[in-house]
Amino acid sequence: MTADTVVGTGLVRHGGRKFSDYLIFNTDHKVIGIQYLVLAFVFFLFGGALAGLIRAQLATPDAQLLTGSSYNVTLTLHGTVMIFLWIIPAFVGAANYVVPLMIGANDMAFPRLNAVSFWLLVPGGLLMLVSFAVGGAESGWTAYPPLSVTTPIGQTLWALALQFIGFSSIFGAINFLVTIFNLRAPGMGLTQMPLLAWAVAATSIIILLGTPVLSGALLMLILQRWLGAQFFTPAGGGNPLLWQNLFWFYSHPAVYIMILPGFGIISEVLPIFARKPIFGYKLIAFSSMAIAVFGFLVWAHHMFTSGMDPFLRVPFMVTSMIIAVPTGVKIFSWLATIWAGKLRFTTSMMFGLAFISMFVIGGLSGIFLASVPIDIHVQDTYFVVAHLHYVLFGGSVMSIFAGLYLWFPKITGRMLDERLGRLHFWLTFMGFNLTFFPQHLAGLQGMPRRVYTYPPELWALNLLSSIGAFLMAIAVLPFLYNALRSLVAGKVAGPNPWRAFGLEWTVSSPPPVHNFPTPPVVEGDPYGYGERPLPGTTGVAAPAPGMAGGE
Amino acid sequence: MSDTTPHLTMQQSAPSATGLDSAKLGMWLFLATEVMLFSAMIAGFLDMRGRSPADAHHVLNIPVTAVNTFVLICSSLTVALSVAAIEQGDQKRLRNFLLLTLLFGGTFLSVQIYEYNVLIGSGELTPWNSLFGAGFFAVTGLHGFHVFIGLIWCVLTIIWTSQGKFSAQNFMRVEIFGLYWHFVDVVWIILFVLIYLV
Repeated sequence: MTADTVVGTGLVRHGGRKFSDYLIFNTDHKVIGIQYLVLAFVFFLFGGALAGLIRAQLATPDAQLLTGSSYNVTLTLHGTVMIFLWIIPAFVGAANYVVPLMIGANDMAFPRLNAVSFWLLVPGGLLMLVSFAVGGAESGWTAYPPLSVTTPIGQTLWALALQFIGFSSIFGAINFLVTIFNLRAPGMGLTQMPLLAWAVAATSIIILLGTPVLSGALLMLILQRWLGAQFFTPAGGGNPLLWQNLFWFYSHPAVYIMILPGFGIISEVLPIFARKPIFGYKLIAFSSMAIAVFGFLVWAHHMFTSGMDPFLRVPFMVTSMIIAVPTGVKIFSWLATIWAGKLRFTTSMMFGLAFISMFVIGGLSGIFLASVPIDIHVQDTYFVVAHLHYVLFGGSVMSIFAGLYLWFPKITGRMLDERLGRLHFWLTFMGFNLTFFPQHLAGLQGMPRRVYTYPPELWALNLLSSIGAFLMAIAVLPFLYNALRSLVAGKVAGPNPWRAFGLEWTVSSPPPVHNFPTPPVVEGDPYGYGERPLPGTTGVAAPAPGMAGGE
Repeated sequence: MSDTTPHLTMQQSAPSATGLDSAKLGMWLFLATEVMLFSAMIAGFLDMRGRSPADAHHVLNIPVTAVNTFVLICSSLTVALSVAAIEQGDQKRLRNFLLLTLLFGGTFLSVQIYEYNVLIGSGELTPWNSLFGAGFFAVTGLHGFHVFIGLIWCVLTIIWTSQGKFSAQNFMRVEIFGLYWHFVDVVWIILFVLIYLV
């Protein structure tokens, strides 16, 4: 038996060489990574279709496409699906595929638990779809009581779906932490790890300590809906702020669950395509950990208008602003990384650069929002919608695509077409800004979020948004076509098409079933561009021949 | 690789860069998650209790639960003794102490079910008729569920013991079960103090 043999033939297998290997309980981290990515992408399309419905309804001030109630269901499912079934699992999928390879491990620490994590996501996703079909989950992804305890049965299914997804996340986090701490190849100290591994470790700590709090809150929500326990309803003496506190204790850190892996991906993309070592390795690594810690101290900035004790506002404003510091440290480190580099404008790099600029816009509007007077003014307006989409789409989704374009050759053994990639990028980038930039202005003019009609004066801004959303929908087509065509007809990638450092590039593409036929050799940090030769070559690491040039 | 399912077995002896056993580290991380889950539930309970009349917990049968708490503490002792037994390679004593653990744990859960029956049956305390009841049943029910999972785990460990899977060199699974069981006991002691005594 060689290192490249699939183990098992029944419903439990290890390794992926045939299509059917991807449809069963497979314990290979690479198969599980692909399972996550494909499932997440399907939900991205579903969540995108819901966004399309929202933008179609809002294209004119008084459209009758949706009713108030079906509009509520649509926006609730759009938010929940995009967060819990696209961004988070897409990052988990990418990390599942590359992190063990990056640290020189043959698999995750607990391969079976890894498969369980993925398969918990499936009932979670199905329950979410059923909740959409039966209706009732109308209270937004934040599910504030009392609305969330009076809505029909769909809301219960929604809560159960989140429980499944939460368990999936928690088991995944345990697996990543043990893998990153224990399975590093000999010679790879913590500070020789790729920064993605640091980012995933920080993310896992947040999941480990934050997600169970959401599980507890959801348990109380379900008990209230099933048994009539009065936790959250003032009419029964309960406390609606209890839900808000527990929910945001998880969900603010959760925004870092949704961005830290993106920070990690960008820290891989920039050095490869700037041909320079990463600037400030330790600063980037430690700032991820700082974000993980500070992320737990800011949650009440979501509740400035919820009737919390006013004197608590200032401390939460201060902590919310402090968290911009480690984030700023990263931004400047990335800028210093590309400064005076030999930039190669591949699609991956363009998404990476777009990530930085778009995320900075979202980050800055985040600092506006942390400020109590501004927050009180724009609470629950489209300014907040614009802000969160600049960080979640302009940040997270851009980084997911940067990572997909970077690792597609490793995962499939084939190159993606760069011209189609650029088309995908520019349509996405323009569509994104056209959709969300006007929402800042609509929000400042007082347009409330989560309302299905609006005054005619706001029509122009909303029409721009809807046109942008249409562009973003079109943008998916060249990507889908590119991915499917490249799978069969793409140029053969070889082990290291980007001439990159990092252990994942020392094995074949796709890697053997058991990753490393011979134990990997670690030579210092994975960012030695311009400083030392690539493994197996002489002379310092030069760009790949024929790489799309930018000089 | 001669083993046909190398990745389908629990990796007790996986290489470890930190020197910590992977399975044990994983269990400790899992317990960290559990601490946060119970913290959230206890926060919910305390909030509900603070909104209830001061004497809301007087319907609870404190003497019976005190004895029951003692029973659960005994089960922690027997788990500790079972780990000590297998450290010396004594499989028979391991099995006997695990059986005792099962007995004590089963008793605890039975008494809890009895307590629920009395409270709900008499209508003195239900999840729907008072905020204290809502918090009480949510947090003790979640704990009871953990005991239930622990009992299943205990049965499995007994089966593995009778299959001769453990020895003085190889008893990580017993230790990990023990970690979980002790955790569930510690949570109960906190709950007993907070709910019944304070």
